[in-house]
Amino acid sequence: MTDLPPPSKKKLGLVIDLDTCVGCHACATGCKQWNSGGMAGPVTDEKPYGKDPAGVWFNRIHAYELEQVPATPEAPAQPAMTLHFPRSCLHCETPACVTVCPTGASYKRASDGIVLVDEDKCIGCKLCSWACPYGAREYSEVEGVMKKCTLCVDRIYNENLPESEREPACVQVCPTRARHFGDLGDPESKVSKLVAERGGLPLLPELGYAPVNRYLPPRPRRAGGDDVAVAEDTTTEATPKRWLDRILRR
Amino acid sequence: MHPALSVIFFTTLSGAGYGLLFWTAYAVLCGQGQPRALLIAIAVSVVLSTIGLLSSLWHLGKPARAWRAFSQWRTSWLSREGVASLATFVAAVALAATLLPDLMDGDARGTMPSFDWTGRGIAVLAMAMAMATVFCTAMIYASLKPIPAWRHRLVPTVYVLFALFTGGLLDMVIRGPDSSALLLILLAAALWIMKVRYWRAIGAALPATRGDAIGLPGRTATVFERPHTEANYLTREMGFVVARKHAKWLRVASVALFAVIPIVLLAPVIVPHLHSMPLLVVAALSALAGAFVERWLFFAEAKHMVTLYY
Amino acid sequence: MREPQLNPSPSPGDAVHATTCYMCACRCGIKVWTLEGRIRYIQGNPDHPVNRGVLCAKGSAGLMQHYSPARLTRPLLRVGERGKGEFKEIGWDEAMAIATSWLAPIRARNPDELAFFTGRDQSQALTGWWAQQFGTVNYAAHGGFCSVNMAAGGLYTLGGSFWEFGEPDWDHTQYLMLWGVAEDHDSNPIKLGLGKLKARGAKIVAVNPVRSGYGAIADEWIGIRPGTDGLFAFALIHELLRSDRIDLDYLVRYANAHWLVVRNPGGADDGLFARDLDGNVLCWDRERGAVDARAVDTTPMVVGEYTLPGGRTAVPVFQLLAERYLDPQYAPDAVSERCGIPGDTIRRIARELASAAFDSKLSLPIAWTDAWGREHATMEGRAVSMHAMRGISAHSNGFHTCRALHVLQLLLGAVDAPGSFRFQPPFPKPIPPGNRPGKARRADGGLDSTPLGFVHAPEDLVVDADGQPRRIDHAYSWAYPLAAHGMMHTMIRNAWAGDPYRIDTLLMFMANMSWNSAMNTSETMHWLTDTFEDGEYRIPRIIYSDAYASEMVAYADLVLPDTTYLERHDAISLLDRPISDADCASDAIRHPIFDSATQPTDDGRPRDVRGFQTVLLELGARLGLPGMVEADGAPKYADYADYIVNHERTPGVGLLAGWRGEDGSLEGKGAPNPHQLQQYIAHGGFWHSPIPESARYYKMANRDYLRWAHGFGFVPNEQPIVMQLYSETLQKFRLAALGHGAHQPPDEHRTRVATYFDPLPIWYEPFEHDQTSRETYPLSAITQRPMHMYHAWHSQNAWLRQIQTRNALFVHPDTGARYGLAEDDWVDVDSHHGTITVQVRFAGNVQPDTVWTWNAIGKRRGAWRLSKDAPESKRGFLLNHLISDVTPKGDYANADPVTGQAAWFDLRVRIRKSDATADESAPQFAPLQFKPAPDHPLRYGAKSRNHEHPSKTSTDDTLP
Ligand SMILES: Nc1nc2c(c(=O)[nH]1)N[C@H]1C(S)=C(S)[C@@H](COP(=O)(O)OP(=O)(O)OC[C@H]3O[C@@H](n4cnc5c(=O)[nH]c(N)nc54)[C@H](O)[C@@H]3O)O[C@H]1N2
Ligand SMILES: Nc1nc2c(c(=O)[nH]1)N[C@H]1C(S)=C(S)[C@@H](COP(=O)(O)OP(=O)(O)OC[C@H]3O[C@@H](n4cnc5c(=O)[nH]c(N)nc54)[C@H](O)[C@@H]3O)O[C@H]1N2
Ligand code: SF4
Ligand code: SF4
Ligand code: SF4
Ligand code: SF4
Ligand code: SF4
Ligand SMILES: [Mo]
Repeated sequence: MTDLPPPSKKKLGLVIDLDTCVGCHACATGCKQWNSGGMAGPVTDEKPYGKDPAGVWFNRIHAYELEQVPATPEAPAQPAMTLHFPRSCLHCETPACVTVCPTGASYKRASDGIVLVDEDKCIGCKLCSWACPYGAREYSEVEGVMKKCTLCVDRIYNENLPESEREPACVQVCPTRARHFGDLGDPESKVSKLVAERGGLPLLPELGYAPVNRYLPPRPRRAGGDDVAVAEDTTTEATPKRWLDRILRR
Repeated sequence: MHPALSVIFFTTLSGAGYGLLFWTAYAVLCGQGQPRALLIAIAVSVVLSTIGLLSSLWHLGKPARAWRAFSQWRTSWLSREGVASLATFVAAVALAATLLPDLMDGDARGTMPSFDWTGRGIAVLAMAMAMATVFCTAMIYASLKPIPAWRHRLVPTVYVLFALFTGGLLDMVIRGPDSSALLLILLAAALWIMKVRYWRAIGAALPATRGDAIGLPGRTATVFERPHTEANYLTREMGFVVARKHAKWLRVASVALFAVIPIVLLAPVIVPHLHSMPLLVVAALSALAGAFVERWLFFAEAKHMVTLYY
Repeated sequence: MREPQLNPSPSPGDAVHATTCYMCACRCGIKVWTLEGRIRYIQGNPDHPVNRGVLCAKGSAGLMQHYSPARLTRPLLRVGERGKGEFKEIGWDEAMAIATSWLAPIRARNPDELAFFTGRDQSQALTGWWAQQFGTVNYAAHGGFCSVNMAAGGLYTLGGSFWEFGEPDWDHTQYLMLWGVAEDHDSNPIKLGLGKLKARGAKIVAVNPVRSGYGAIADEWIGIRPGTDGLFAFALIHELLRSDRIDLDYLVRYANAHWLVVRNPGGADDGLFARDLDGNVLCWDRERGAVDARAVDTTPMVVGEYTLPGGRTAVPVFQLLAERYLDPQYAPDAVSERCGIPGDTIRRIARELASAAFDSKLSLPIAWTDAWGREHATMEGRAVSMHAMRGISAHSNGFHTCRALHVLQLLLGAVDAPGSFRFQPPFPKPIPPGNRPGKARRADGGLDSTPLGFVHAPEDLVVDADGQPRRIDHAYSWAYPLAAHGMMHTMIRNAWAGDPYRIDTLLMFMANMSWNSAMNTSETMHWLTDTFEDGEYRIPRIIYSDAYASEMVAYADLVLPDTTYLERHDAISLLDRPISDADCASDAIRHPIFDSATQPTDDGRPRDVRGFQTVLLELGARLGLPGMVEADGAPKYADYADYIVNHERTPGVGLLAGWRGEDGSLEGKGAPNPHQLQQYIAHGGFWHSPIPESARYYKMANRDYLRWAHGFGFVPNEQPIVMQLYSETLQKFRLAALGHGAHQPPDEHRTRVATYFDPLPIWYEPFEHDQTSRETYPLSAITQRPMHMYHAWHSQNAWLRQIQTRNALFVHPDTGARYGLAEDDWVDVDSHHGTITVQVRFAGNVQPDTVWTWNAIGKRRGAWRLSKDAPESKRGFLLNHLISDVTPKGDYANADPVTGQAAWFDLRVRIRKSDATADESAPQFAPLQFKPAPDHPLRYGAKSRNHEHPSKTSTDDTLP
């Protein structure tokens, strides 16, 4: 199974809007919740009430500070920023996490490109986690197998869910609606258009994994220039008298 | 990367085993050596690679399913390694089988019979498979793009040379010293040079920045908060950091153990009749220990790209 | 090779229950899916008006909260010393008998000897009413230490407020200013709204010393110095006035800009509104002179000085306002230094605000009729909105700062206009709201009104004949006259000190008062356990209801274990803290999804816990409280569910507004409906009634709205509500302080009241800033709520604590360098009050003179059944140990002088590298004697996985 299938037309994935993400961890916890009892469950936790609790999470939210950028001829200066960055599997088109797998447990679906682990085949060698540059594979010490984001394959086609809810759990919960799900192989899809419009980027494309997921970069900040010459007069102090002639109607 | 002892044991011991097998088969090919000693050497090489393999099972979450690992040889170096090691095992057994008649003849201590083409063929096969297995092991690491230190072009060579070197020393311990001592000294020196070059090369920063990793090339990002305050699988497995001064000290120790000491101890061997078995044993153990430390550093010093996020 | 067979359509569970989340006070709609009696998962209810299907991190982790090993299992009676956490289990009969035996004599003797304080104030409609029936004035909920400045600032100015009682017009605003907001009770609605703004490209400005969370996505961050927002607001007002970019038409139509204020220095009427003989407030009509200010079709003057018939002089409110804020002391360059905001930035923001308000030409094609019957074809918009929370209110100058923001909004015409801040029903209310605090006792022993209410004038204060406090927390006294939410943060010290008198029993509900909600935590623990010389506790009895083994549990003599939020009935009532949005009135319920007896903890025994509201009603019945017993003394209500359905506050008005009337056909008002709860459940657990489209803006003066709201009983009549730039209520207190009227403050409070009851917003240095040396304590220290945790609750949540088990003190790298610190160093942090030892982390996203940390992460060792070496207690910490409950001078509570709001964020500190070789935070306290939770791995969901995705994985998913 670790042969990659021929590239599928359908490339399901997530588009995450870094301009809107407030770093609330809702997607991370919502993911944990759905998947605990879902196909990729149990999403285990060790030492849950002890000194160093650690568990499997398919989605983790980082927070960074970005240094300011001076103005260039093309772009205005950008102030320093705080950035939240959710990180989960990017369902790469040519993922080494699949090809390195010795057992065939890792595979990429021919129909929609979702990258999955068949936990009944996995021997827990962890090689796939080494092969993923994005840290998207999570080993469960408790289960002895590798786990990862399933793109909620047990939700998106789920006929027991109303059609409007056939989307990944992390997309459904996201309170700012910074997460979008769809077919990035179809240039006409909502997500593809969003990516086109907002200049969505893949992560570390130079590694050749060809991630499907896209991140929408933060829009340029609009602090507005303080140096704009102030046209108003600052010499004469206004007094309440100026409104004496103002005719107001109640 | 987290230096898992099981994996380090596995790679050093099985490497030495395959090296030993290589030299043994070479001896068979050249018609040198006594069948009995050769057989012992083969047995030792099989035991070493088996211990190595078993210890690597330790590292698995589901060892009982290990058999599945042979299935994906078309894409997976780990699977290829499995297949190759199996093939090597078969070749080793076949090689032993070709020696068996002589052993039966009671001429075990006698000189080597000249082999027929089948015997030579088997020897060549065993040599090739032993090195192929080591190469596959190396390629498991060398193929991983997220770990630039492992992608270094010297990695497969160093793996193979370490196998040949440590295996050669074991061979000498088992079958007695011969003219290959000079070769081993050269191997030790070569490894020394290669490792120094390697260590210099991996000192460079990761080939991408945190800005690249978060899709904002050109922006300088520092960590404000991690996703989880305590460690998790990712940070433990990929985020292992060895303190710079420890690494430096360990590098020195490793070179001393695998190169300096063996070279010093092997030097007299070059001069005919000037050898002592105890010194050879010390040289071999020292080289293995050095290889072990080297392997530990190979893991501990390798930075995974995922650390860019942390 | 073939791909493995998957089940793409697993069943989400075998049953689904729509109810209301209670992982925080936002109260989103949720659907709880269960499979074979265990939770499969919890999702946001897409139909619910609050969250529209989204669910925050806490909401998702509700599952782990329900199964937490820290859940209490049965009533507890203290056996060891108070504060140790040693108890024996007792049955409910015994527990109720004990509670009754403690309370009955109090009720007979002096009901005020019971102090009843609730932390989270979700059941105030019941608890406040219960306290009233018991007859104690000593009742409050958490608002006093939370955000009463915000509530009072708004209710005394606009008739509504920020907090969760108003919202920006998310669909139309072009410019949002967030003042000191980290999470808010409107957690998901704000996030949904910010998402909308982002999608539309509206500008978001975050005014906050820290740039995280919402600030991270703001287009502009204004890293203000804590406590100086009032100055910044005044500078903006100054600029708007100076450049005449204000909406005077709006101000005379909807606010009191034109009302005449008597100018009679030294007189008893100075600063009061000029009224005619019928009591109508006057304004000056350009042609007709003094006329009724509320009349329409007048041409009122907003500036000038006028002589009234009878000879008194008066000036319009706006004249006073303009005089004050045009003063050069409020010019941008004059405040820039103190606020830490460049003058140019202030001027630009003022321009941008005006431009968003006036140049965006937002106009909705919705015809409406104003309160005076005039028809308008469109609704003119002001596309600038504001939202503020505790960054403004948790300062001792927060009330006035909050009012300053409202004045700023009003000048822009940006209150309840399209694109601006909008009221959520039942707001706006008359200003101030009509209900006054109860203080007189009825014949049956109850109070004349609920203990919390709104003071209109000095005579409403709850003080004795000498003007001394009558409440244990001193709320509604001359020291904190408008303490509309009570003062939880002063109650324990006062009860210990017997100031103004001794109480007998402290009854608390859902408040972790020995830890994260206490100021001066260490001493609070001491007060709770201190004894007289004879060994009797100074606070004789403490009854506490909690659902978890919190720090406070250890300080109770009698613990009444509550259920989890999935095991009881609750009413999210319009009489309480409503969940309406600007377009709909809403309320909701919780209902038991599980029988708590079937939900054991790790001891495996059935849990014997009861919903506190039901317990309270039973206690009331045992005490024979009015309204809780029938004429024959039998309990009137079987349980809380019965009360929710059948209790009527006034005829036809009960806790829930939906499905009223015997057949459920009425809403708002109507007879009790026996099937009401079933109807709620059938409708997703909530009710909501859209406001007619023509009534959705200008609610304060929109006839359709006022009529609609009156129909629901939200407003007493259909009169327009006039927003109060100038507050006569405040002036009445000032006059009293200046020696006028029958109710005057005792001398020691005169100057204070005269100073801080300014009828127009003022700014003053937060008390701690002024009363400590700026050289000794050069830094401000504040907290923020993490988005993924609710106060103390989530410490034992197996999922959420993985995100965060400990906090550090965030310090700007330059500041760190200034003090010679390195990342992760342990430092001693001193305030005028105490010292803590904590770890620092550097982060550049903070105003450099400010340090901060996450709130309530630090835990007491042993609490919540966490292991004794849990990072929460070893390395986490509370800033609260540094926060004094009194001002540095010690003369008053560390609180706002108008409302009594706790001034958490006034804290000033210094930091230095710790000389101790610390590896844990200090102070540390003796571990509580709760048994640590089992620490085996969790495999939650294994069973349901195998149910739907047969696999070789074991199905054992047992949880402790
Ligand atoms: N330094 C600092 N301190 C602060 C603040 C700050 O910003 N900085 N903020 C202040 C503010 S605004 C507030 S509101 C307070 C909050 O402080 P508290 O009101 O004390 O709130 P919680 O920590 O939420 O604790 C309430 C208790 O409710 C219990 N509980 C949870 N669920 C249930 C239930 O279903 N039933 C019952 N009976 N009990 C339950 C919990 O176990 C906990 O013991 O903290 C204040 N303290
Ligand atoms: N996730 C989560 N949600 C919660 C809670 C929780 O514990 N967790 N608690 C709930 C409760 S009880 C409450 S009261 C609300 C509180 O909701 P918020 O008021 O939003 O919460 P705080 O964390 O107190 O946020 C105060 C903010 O003001 C900033 N600040 C401090 N001083 C100043 C100042 O002088 N000026 C300005 N402009 N900003 C300042 C702080 O940096 C911080 O960002 O949240 C509620 N929602
Ligand atoms: S992100 Fe990692 S785990 Fe996911 S497909 Fe790509 S390489 Fe594989
Ligand atoms: S851990 Fe499992 S999925 Fe990953 S490479 Fe090994 S066998 Fe494949
Ligand atoms: S797509 Fe599903 S599995 Fe993947 S991160 Fe989102 S919720 Fe988790
Ligand atoms: S839920 Fe949405 S806003 Fe929250 S962290 Fe995830 S992507 Fe960001
Ligand atoms: S904001 Fe989150 S925790 Fe609060 S009620 Fe809503 S879903 Fe629950
Ligand atoms: Mo609060």
